[in-house]
Amino acid sequence: MEYWRALRRIPQARNGVLMLVLIVLATLIAPWLAPFSPMHVDPNARLLPPLSPMVGGASIYWLGTDSIGRDILSRLLYGARLSLTVGTLAVLLSAAFGTLVGALSGYFGGKIDDFSAWLIDVQLSFPFLLLAIFVLGAVGGGTAAVVLILALGTWVNYARIVRAQVLSIKNQSYVEAARVTGAGAIRILCVHCLPNTLSPICVVASFSMAQAILTEAGLSFLGVGLDPSTPSWGTMLNDGRDYLLNAWWIAAMPGVAIGFTVLAVTLLGEGLRELLDSSSSR
Amino acid sequence: MNTPALGHPPPLLDVRGLSISLRSRSGFIQVVSDVSFTVAAGEALGIVGESGSGKTLSMLSLLQLLPQGAVARAERASYDGRDLLAQSNKQMAGIRGREIAFVFQDSLTALNPVLSIGQQITEGMRLHFSMAKADAELRAVELLLQVGIPDPSLRLRQYPHEFSGGMRQRVCIAMALAGKPRLLIADEPTTALDVTVQAEIVNLIRQLQIDSGLTVIWVTHDLALLARIADRVVVMYGGRVMEDARACDLFATPRHPYAAALLRSARYDMTSSKQTDPIATQSMEAPAPMGCPFAPRCDEADDRCRATAPSLVSVPGNAHVACWARAGELPGTRLV
Amino acid sequence: MTQATPLFSARGIAVTFHRKRWLGRHPQLVQALRGIDLDIMSGEVLALVGESGSGKSTLARVLIKAIAATAGSLAFQGTDITHLEGERLRAMRRHFQIVFQDPFSSLNPRLSIGTAIAEPLIVHNLAAGEALRHRVAECLRMVGLDPTLSTRRPHEFSGGQRQRICIARAIAGQPLLIVADEALSALDPSLRDRVLDLFQDLKTRFSLTYLFISHDLRLVRRIADRVAVMYLGQVIEIGATKEVYNHPRHPYTQALMSAIPVPDPLAERSRHYPTLPGEPPSPSNPPQGCSFHPRCSRAGHLCRTQLPLLNKTSDRHEVACHFPD
Repeated sequence: MEYWRALRRIPQARNGVLMLVLIVLATLIAPWLAPFSPMHVDPNARLLPPLSPMVGGASIYWLGTDSIGRDILSRLLYGARLSLTVGTLAVLLSAAFGTLVGALSGYFGGKIDDFSAWLIDVQLSFPFLLLAIFVLGAVGGGTAAVVLILALGTWVNYARIVRAQVLSIKNQSYVEAARVTGAGAIRILCVHCLPNTLSPICVVASFSMAQAILTEAGLSFLGVGLDPSTPSWGTMLNDGRDYLLNAWWIAAMPGVAIGFTVLAVTLLGEGLRELLDSSSSR
Repeated sequence: MNTPALGHPPPLLDVRGLSISLRSRSGFIQVVSDVSFTVAAGEALGIVGESGSGKTLSMLSLLQLLPQGAVARAERASYDGRDLLAQSNKQMAGIRGREIAFVFQDSLTALNPVLSIGQQITEGMRLHFSMAKADAELRAVELLLQVGIPDPSLRLRQYPHEFSGGMRQRVCIAMALAGKPRLLIADEPTTALDVTVQAEIVNLIRQLQIDSGLTVIWVTHDLALLARIADRVVVMYGGRVMEDARACDLFATPRHPYAAALLRSARYDMTSSKQTDPIATQSMEAPAPMGCPFAPRCDEADDRCRATAPSLVSVPGNAHVACWARAGELPGTRLV
Repeated sequence: MTQATPLFSARGIAVTFHRKRWLGRHPQLVQALRGIDLDIMSGEVLALVGESGSGKSTLARVLIKAIAATAGSLAFQGTDITHLEGERLRAMRRHFQIVFQDPFSSLNPRLSIGTAIAEPLIVHNLAAGEALRHRVAECLRMVGLDPTLSTRRPHEFSGGQRQRICIARAIAGQPLLIVADEALSALDPSLRDRVLDLFQDLKTRFSLTYLFISHDLRLVRRIADRVAVMYLGQVIEIGATKEVYNHPRHPYTQALMSAIPVPDPLAERSRHYPTLPGEPPSPSNPPQGCSFHPRCSRAGHLCRTQLPLLNKTSDRHEVACHFPD
């Protein structure tokens, strides 16, 4: 927990964490915060700009309504859940898989390394977006499929970085010391190699999270992502596409939300890197 | 101050009150304080100190080669009458290599791996003397012979990785001599070399000194090495000069406790020195204490030592010591 | 005098590396060690000296089975361990430890020093929980460091302190042999004395055996009982320290000894440094016969054709030379 205290000292991390906390809090209390259900349709309140008073005068539509009268604010809050969940799961999955492959090929080399190099080449030679559209189109979208596709697209980044790190770490004297002491490969990998790869993994992870949220939004925008009726920032962008000129807020609000989240995660990543680098500095 | 006796020429290099500060996260840290020494023409000065003693930084500051964020100030830093710290970039370019040459510790990184030796040696010559390529190469061959490299015309075309460590260092010395400098500063040139190769390089530099009257400053952490090559020795610790004396005097009767400790470990003393190790975890960035930097490790340190750093006072025998315990015993005049 | 069983016994150890060549021709064969016979007695300090390329580090690592030998046999406490592997090898590793030259890269920057020191104990299940912590604190105290610092990270310590931490790690599992691979070279001269004292202190307390690798002949003289001088993968002279230093018989050893600077200006200036002609040879292209002959003033025809083997010249002194002094 000394990490927590240290994190607070770094301005980027502090701000990033604060922003993220806000977002997460908002998504958690969405049911109470949101004035409406995200599915609630009110044909009389269509395309209302932000801060318009509600029919029946109780309060105002803070962020306006969309083409079928759904409250943007409520959809934004509920949509956050989906987007954040998808983003986080995708990052965790790709980080886990990529790190595993990278660590094993970096440490053992030989055939394992050759195989993973081949795998990475295969992965990279496929244009990701095309693959995503094709697969998701065939499967029909859905949360699990989107998470898997997103993870598939980014595991390579982790693998390459972790492999390079492990290659250089395994020649350090402290690894030799551990080997001479009798430590097995698993111990060396888990205790000595991986912790020292945390710093670049964190950086990649935070940028990947940002990328994942954006990509999910993009996929939903293209219509191959999540189910269009479920509120996610991506589907909201999709909805707002046709109304950019006369009802800009339908697309702009989710856009701002995405930007805010991406900024928060990026700041956190930078702060984490600062922290990890300084705690192992000479 | 070594007030030169009548008839003695002024020193080639005269440094007084040199101080260097480095910028860090928490402000400026003084890493070198009040360093003073002189080198006469043709003399060999040895500067001995551990890592962190400031010996390398002091030398670099004289050539205005300090890293970004480092500031050097001195009462006097004169080479041949010119103030080194006040020279412009253009003037400095005329001094580096041409008047004062530098040989570094790591010959491997001092040489550009993608240029041939010939190219690197002739670079300086063509810069300083506007020599034609052919003439410069002839001179380069001469230089390689002078530093003891056989088959010089063949070697000229070769690349650094084709030379052994000792050979590379000879090449670096040849490069340093290319500009016909009057002063050669060698910063731990033999530290990375095997002991037999070290002996050769020491011999070489000594021979160069005898043959051409080259003035040499040899910076090292190995005191014994200086016995062969130095006429005078300056002992540095914690960014300050602790003692400065003629070599024969220092090796016979070191005055400063640190110099004495260095000498003891240079001889293969069978008796071990059971000094207690300070357990405190001093952060690497701790600012220099106001007191004598050697006080924590000195047996004779008292409160005055810990409170104020002693200044360099002159003592009989054309020497200086910075030590409260020692200065008190000897009548001496404060360094004015 | 009864012959005690040596702690380590090496016979005919050879190590050949294959160095890949740039243009894809056959890999270059580098003979790092050539037919080494060596005994290390329990409780002694044996120093391996030699210049770069002599193979001293390689030999030490072969002995503790950190590198596999290409040929030869190895025995530990009388038992043959040449082909030992797997779990039995792992269990045996408890008896050897190594302290490296660079105090900065020999400690994992992410682990607290307490965890680093505990490594041998954890790997071999020697202690756990409170007993583990107690042992770590004990080791820290023995090397002169405050036990409450065990939670700190390596970067908070100086070079000399880190080296002490490495020593604490080395003694934690109560090994029988410690290899010090230039362990003092990266330290400042005044620190070296203290760490050397520490080594001697620990040796007496725990009856350790040391294999001391160093190129610093002055240091070796202070701590070693026996010295083995290596040149191009071969032990060319071995004997009691006093013997080898005062009466070196191999011309290379003689050159080595005379190259040591003596802190006496008058003596230094007047004596002649005999310098070795030529360059140190490359292990990938060793000279025929005696590897030293191209640089030897005494080389005869025999030297150019036949590799000399270690020969006893007195009870505690062996030389590999056709014309020893």
